[in-house]
Amino acid sequence: MTTAPRTADAAALALGDDALVLSHRLGEWAGHAPVLEEEVALANIALDLLGQARVLLSLVGDEDELAYLREERAFRNVQLVEQPNGDFAHTITRQLYFSVYQHLLYDRLATTDSELAPLAAKAAKEVAYHRDHAEQWTLRLGDGTAESHERMQRGLDALWRFTGELFQPVQGLDVDGESLRTEWTAVVTSVVRKATLTVPEGPQTGAWTAGAGRQGLHTESFGRMLAEMQHLHRSHPGASW
Amino acid sequence: MVTTAPTPLEERLLALAGSVPDPELPVLTLAELGVVRGVHVSGPSRVEVELTPTYTGCPAIEAMSADIERVLHEHGMADVEVRTVLSPAWSTDDISAEGRRKLAEFGIAPPRPHTADGPVPLTLTVRCPHCGSTDTELLSRFSSTACKALRRCVTCREPFDHFKEL
Repeated sequence: MTTAPRTADAAALALGDDALVLSHRLGEWAGHAPVLEEEVALANIALDLLGQARVLLSLVGDEDELAYLREERAFRNVQLVEQPNGDFAHTITRQLYFSVYQHLLYDRLATTDSELAPLAAKAAKEVAYHRDHAEQWTLRLGDGTAESHERMQRGLDALWRFTGELFQPVQGLDVDGESLRTEWTAVVTSVVRKATLTVPEGPQTGAWTAGAGRQGLHTESFGRMLAEMQHLHRSHPGASW
Repeated sequence: MVTTAPTPLEERLLALAGSVPDPELPVLTLAELGVVRGVHVSGPSRVEVELTPTYTGCPAIEAMSADIERVLHEHGMADVEVRTVLSPAWSTDDISAEGRRKLAEFGIAPPRPHTADGPVPLTLTVRCPHCGSTDTELLSRFSSTACKALRRCVTCREPFDHFKEL
């Protein structure tokens, strides 16, 4: 029996892939974070995101098949979350840009009659802590030493061109992208200025891009990340412990 | 789940499911944690239990489900289904007064009640569960599990977990 694909699936897949991919990236910090508390914090944020991804992907199909057996082009996450960790400031920038977006998005989604509303209402409370974590670190690094300031600014500049994609319309997601962009910009600008840093001025999308993550087009490092993430499951189908 | 008044059997099964200890914080029962949402008997020795996770990614939910199934099996229910429900979202306000008291006794500062949406401002005081001092400082927003923050008492110098508000 075939059923028509539901529009809610596209939205669940997009948000589920965002959460899954960022969770994996944050998990890569295990054993490498600058201090033990951060090791634990990044792993806990990754765990929250993994839980959200499991709920969202399960709305679409089998969570393991979706996570481990899809090719790169079938993933619908934004390119921002797949960007490599870089240094700690780079990771904090990614967290700041993404968690502010995710928090504002989930808050809006929670008040709609979408199938995703219950998850959004629950996850928004978790993401509020992720956002607080990213904002506090942005302040500390930006207003810290000359070295931390410079690295934080470098992170903000390097990832800026991946932020435009956050506000593209997503099929099945009844959220106004422009109002989201306005509020996101206000929040990020306020945190960045308070941290004595400068909001980047360049374009929010790469001039050369033919599309973006939501269309299944990803950046170079994503393929390598997926290879590592999927390797075990593909080599040992059905393995468990 | 249909919201009719629970039968005496359902009330008994709800009490049994609620008496299961939390796998991570065994001083608390699931009822005190506020995660068992309801029990519905849908046939002879067939029961559905609604369980809500504290955090979406909380790995303890699988152990909780297995423990509830085991307890209800032992009490004659052959067919037990534990379903995870997300709405309404669990809040630390769902932890009972007895649960809060046990947390503090166990050395974990209990969550403060909510006053508004979102995280409680971290400037509000959290009392040290060891010496009772209100002079405590935040070390990390995330601790041994997602639901806790790590703090240190400035007076007695002991670090302690704080069940953070959600």
